[in-house]
Amino acid sequence: MKVTKIEKHGFEKGLNKIRKDFTLFAPVDCGEYHEFKEIENGEKPDLEAVNTHLSPKSAIYPQSQPMFNYTLDENEPDHHIMKEVKPDLSPRAIFGIRPCDAKSFLIVRRNFDTEEYKDPYWIEPYEAATFVGMACSAPCSTCFCTTAGCGPFNEEGLDLLLIDAETCYYAKAITDKGEKLLESAGWLTWVDEPSIDKEIEDLKTAAENRIESKVSTDRLADIETNDLYNASIWEDVSFACINCGTCTYVCPTCWCFDIQDENCGSCGIRMRNWDSCMFPLFTKHGTGHNPRETKIHRVRQRFMHKLKYYVDKYDAGIQCVGCGRCIRSCPVNIDIRNICELMNNHKQEACAS
Amino acid sequence: MLEYNDKIRAAAKRLLKEGVVDMVIGFKKGTMPMMNEPCLIKRPEDADTLVWDANCGINLANYIVGRKEKIGIVAKGCDSRNIVTHITENKIERDQLYIIGIPCRGMIDKTAVTNLCEGEITSVVCESDTVKVAGNDFEKKIPVSDVMQANCSVCIHRNPVIYDELAGEEVVEQTDVDRYADVEKIDSMSTEEKWNYFEDMFSACIRCYACKNACPLCYCPTCFVDEAKPQWVGKSQDKIDIRTFHFLRAYHCAGRCTDCGACERACPVGIKMKTLTKKMEKDCFDMYGWEAGLSLDQRPPLDTFKPDDPEAFIK
Ligand code: SF4
Ligand code: SF4
Ligand code: SF4
Ligand code: SF4
Repeated sequence: MKVTKIEKHGFEKGLNKIRKDFTLFAPVDCGEYHEFKEIENGEKPDLEAVNTHLSPKSAIYPQSQPMFNYTLDENEPDHHIMKEVKPDLSPRAIFGIRPCDAKSFLIVRRNFDTEEYKDPYWIEPYEAATFVGMACSAPCSTCFCTTAGCGPFNEEGLDLLLIDAETCYYAKAITDKGEKLLESAGWLTWVDEPSIDKEIEDLKTAAENRIESKVSTDRLADIETNDLYNASIWEDVSFACINCGTCTYVCPTCWCFDIQDENCGSCGIRMRNWDSCMFPLFTKHGTGHNPRETKIHRVRQRFMHKLKYYVDKYDAGIQCVGCGRCIRSCPVNIDIRNICELMNNHKQEACAS
Repeated sequence: MLEYNDKIRAAAKRLLKEGVVDMVIGFKKGTMPMMNEPCLIKRPEDADTLVWDANCGINLANYIVGRKEKIGIVAKGCDSRNIVTHITENKIERDQLYIIGIPCRGMIDKTAVTNLCEGEITSVVCESDTVKVAGNDFEKKIPVSDVMQANCSVCIHRNPVIYDELAGEEVVEQTDVDRYADVEKIDSMSTEEKWNYFEDMFSACIRCYACKNACPLCYCPTCFVDEAKPQWVGKSQDKIDIRTFHFLRAYHCAGRCTDCGACERACPVGIKMKTLTKKMEKDCFDMYGWEAGLSLDQRPPLDTFKPDDPEAFIK
């Protein structure tokens, strides 16, 4: 293990040094909740924040993102040409991200980075970023990461993992990018002692044991897709849903977008905006036909996508890291843990029903 | 309000058994403190899942629009006023409904409770005038009045205005409340202050539309925000589009909003967008003496004409 020790009193100084080489994104306390955002001058990250209200996905994948622009003004040299708008690719440090959120980027990557299609607007900013995780020692009651293929000290998707050991932080370098960030911060007090490895291991076990909330996913892959789709559970599951996009907008693993053209006077942009399968316009056809006309269809799409289609398509677990944000933010308390349980326990129903 | 549970359950059981209704819409206990989930009960044996407490702030009138069945519905004061509005607007027939009225003592604001506590809350029990909150390493008693939902603390129609039976004795209505203090505060600002106030208010909006979708009034088959031909409003995070959405929605609620607070309760980022509909509500009260959803016999002010209309141009 490559670990450095960071004294807490020297921490802020290091952070300030990082800011010379990286744009810093981190959780900030904004009164009622925590937001994951670009740190501007004078702002202080709050690394104690467990789950920010919205996920950090927007640091790589903003809610509204220009892709092309054009002008019809003939005084401009490149008028009447659609020009690509390059996303900001300056090095950025996604600092204090929780392990579940870091892992979520690997899930989302499966959508944006495939053999067939490479989405530069997502891939390039992702690759330009260094992910500095903060291990969770005090998870929330709604965290179920350990049964969602992740965990409070999980390292997947991270370049560096910080561990709060009360008097100091340990920083575990996972990739070269992580090491570079340590250099930039001047956090170079390498420690190579079995006692520290053990301390970290113990903190990890303690954190994992603190997670009480869980889901079962073991049967999802084996259940027949159509059978689950046609199951009788959906009316009940969807009854309370008001089809807002909250659950999908707060979710780190939801990746859907919609492309829109907007113009003003003689210039315009083509942009992409987050979309949500909860919305009536989602995948509505040009003919006017809507494949998901009712909320039963929409709610079923969300859960089938996360807990069945994704499972079947990628054979890499569920499209959820167990952060619990959708549970906390849903205005009517639709709880993915309960629905996952219903789906996982689904038995084939008699044909007559 | 816990004592209502037995009455609600007994009524639901009876109505379903006797075939008076096909279903009962109410709340079941949620999976988190201060959260209940709207639910649909079809079998008498399931009626025991119904609950009532101070966390039933979602407006159940939202769930009856366009339904064809006979429905039993649990309704607090504001829900009942939205039911009246639905009947007036031909969204449902009075005969289709059996209303189990709840004399309400106000809902608690979960953000306010959370903000008063350090650490994660594991249980919240609301007794007559105190809220008992417990977390992993703390316990706290908060006076209900400190954490009541803003609209409930100035509500003057806590008893249902329409019902078939009541789940308890009527409560005494509040009389000494200053209903529009918040609106007046904004009214007294300069244009620039108002601009900044609203700019700041809407800056966090993510356009999830929870506010509009939690609102029983927003039942249009296609909302103007979703219209594509023509597209009335852009779909990005553009500030002007966000404001356009909020202002237009507020106007669509003029003379119809009952100030139930479901919109603000649903917002994931704590935006007080009800300030806009409240201004409309106040104007309707000041100009036409109108309060939405109080009676089945009156047409709403914006779909009728009276010779004493305050606007001169209409005469
Ligand atoms: S589905 Fe819910 S719990 Fe899972 S990753 Fe998304 S927001 Fe988190
Ligand atoms: S759950 Fe819905 S919004 Fe999320 S990725 Fe799947 S289809 Fe898209
Ligand atoms: S947040 Fe809740 S109410 Fe809103 S769409 Fe998601 S499940 Fe439905
Ligand atoms: S619920 Fe809140 S965040 Fe969502 S659209 Fe309404 S004001 Fe915006």
